Amino acid sequence: MSAVIQCRDLRKTYDGKVEAVRGLNLEIRAGECFGLLGPNGAGKTTTIEILEGLLEPTSGEVSILGQTWKSHPRQLREKIGISLQETRLSEKLTVRETVELFASFYREPRPASEVLGDLQLEEKADSWVGKLSGGQRQRLAVATALVGSPRVLFLDEPTTGLDPQSRRQLWDIIRAFQKTGGTVLLTTHYMDEAERLCDRLAIVDHGQIIAEGTPAELIARLGGHHVVEFSLAGDSHGKAETWQTLPGVDSVRNDDGLVSLSVREPHRTIPALLDVVDKQSAQLEHLTTRQASLEDVFVRLTGRHLRED
Amino acid sequence: MTVAPQNPRVESAQASTLRNGRWSGFLHLISARMKELRREPEVVFWMFVFPLLLSFGLGIAFRNRPADATSIAIASGPYAENALALIQKSAQKTSIRAEIVDQARAAQGLRLGKYDLVVEAVSPDRVQYDYDPARPESVLSRTEVNDALQISAGRKNAVETTAVASSDPGSRYIDFLIPGLLGMNLMNSGMWGMGFALVDMRQRKLLKRFVATPMRRGDFLLALLGSRLLLMVAEVGLLLGFGVVVFHMRVLGSLWSILLIGAIGAITFGGLGLLTASRAQKIETASGLMNLVMMPLWIFTGVFFSYERFPAILQPFIKALPLTPLNDALRATILEGASLASQSGRILILVLWGGISFALALRWFRWT
Repeated sequence: MSAVIQCRDLRKTYDGKVEAVRGLNLEIRAGECFGLLGPNGAGKTTTIEILEGLLEPTSGEVSILGQTWKSHPRQLREKIGISLQETRLSEKLTVRETVELFASFYREPRPASEVLGDLQLEEKADSWVGKLSGGQRQRLAVATALVGSPRVLFLDEPTTGLDPQSRRQLWDIIRAFQKTGGTVLLTTHYMDEAERLCDRLAIVDHGQIIAEGTPAELIARLGGHHVVEFSLAGDSHGKAETWQTLPGVDSVRNDDGLVSLSVREPHRTIPALLDVVDKQSAQLEHLTTRQASLEDVFVRLTGRHLRED
Repeated sequence: MTVAPQNPRVESAQASTLRNGRWSGFLHLISARMKELRREPEVVFWMFVFPLLLSFGLGIAFRNRPADATSIAIASGPYAENALALIQKSAQKTSIRAEIVDQARAAQGLRLGKYDLVVEAVSPDRVQYDYDPARPESVLSRTEVNDALQISAGRKNAVETTAVASSDPGSRYIDFLIPGLLGMNLMNSGMWGMGFALVDMRQRKLLKRFVATPMRRGDFLLALLGSRLLLMVAEVGLLLGFGVVVFHMRVLGSLWSILLIGAIGAITFGGLGLLTASRAQKIETASGLMNLVMMPLWIFTGVFFSYERFPAILQPFIKALPLTPLNDALRATILEGASLASQSGRILILVLWGGISFALALRWFRWT
């Protein structure tokens, strides 16, 4: 299948000093929802803005739908929809006026009323933008992106700062767009969002892709699919080697006294773990076991948590 | 992972697309801008109400009083009553407001501008005037009061004189003021309407959002300028109408000439606003820059008083400022009915300012 968004060896250096993007390659296929996952400052926004033709890369090539920003700027603008990380739309215009204004820029837009309906903004159509809640504003931002009837949708952190219900609403909107055959590229620093929404992901850190694949593939790459986390009473958390030698343990990580084991077969590891704790006559303070997540993948790859807050 | 490419919603979406013409973006941008301005009470106030209040206030403060009475103090003393009686029986008594107060209060009143003159009657046939030679009204008051005293005391005029007063509409302060306020208002709203709006939109990342669509950038700037021109018509009409109705001002020039000069002024200052806003990322930076540009213009270009009062050496510099030709052209057209052709020099200066500002602004302009 042909690539809808493609970039090769993308680099961006600000003021000749700060390297925001350092040799990034991407190939996003038609109909896919592709996520750039990474912590703040990883270069996600710079990357997506270069792909959107809003920033000039220092070097590297970008092509969208087989065309480049240099050769077909206007044609490309007609075919893509964009939601920037934070745009404060005019507060004194109504929702409908805002969507109609954006529609007027496109040669063949969708009717504003239809888009408002899809985004459940009909009730708010005649309210001023200044009176909307965070979730409604974000839906309006997506409405301005969808009204041009785009083939590719770029969303920069579409759900940051939204409540769980608004986030789920936006996910539904994105999925609906995908069902019409649209391609989506989004950035996020939410693990669950990336895991549930994206067909494929690239984990970005320090301006580079450090892993790429479907969420399941990335998790499988951890080795173990399960995580056993425990902590012992007092300061004693044993030596990493002790835990490493337990049956089925793939890797060990100590996070401020919380030991987390990446394991393939928890039913073999946990009895052995309990044995060791018993022999050391230590006290188990906390024990959980769960499915491995993208967070674990990120921590494994970078040694840091995705959101350090 | 692939998604079924055929979906009923694709067709329904395509069936209901619209088709936009070449100017649809431009027209929507103008209408959005006008709606936004109308819904912004501050804009309505500064653009329309403020100049009216200003002209009303100044028009009242500097209105031509039937007789320009001078206010004087007679320092209390044994001969004060005598001096007061002499003044009150003089022919000038209606234009002199005199009162007897003690020495200290008289001196303080003179210093604060409450009194134009202090009269001290030293003896029945000797008075002393305390006045401020730097204040024209003080100098005038001394002459007036001196005449009143001397004539009441028996001086005879050697020459018989008569005086005819002239204060027709057209030569009053308010007539001078309103065209100046009009010019100033065109400058203010041109600079703020373009400059402030653009920096605000840049700061809100709205400019970036707009250029992420197929919107034509030229259309966007034209729409901003177009909305300025529409507002200009309202500003000029309102202030002139106010002058005519409230102060019985006489407008001698044709309305079309006035509107044309107004349009050139609005575009020139729109260009200057665009230039000051071409790169600023923050409202604070832009406000500072704009005040820096506008402050000398308020003072030097004859908004509130004639720039002829500045030293001759400054005159060429003053005449080259963009607001001077606008004020002059508005005054000549409104008050004297001067033809457009006779103002070509002034219009040329305006066009040069506007043209150069636009050229530089478009070269430096940043959308993000």
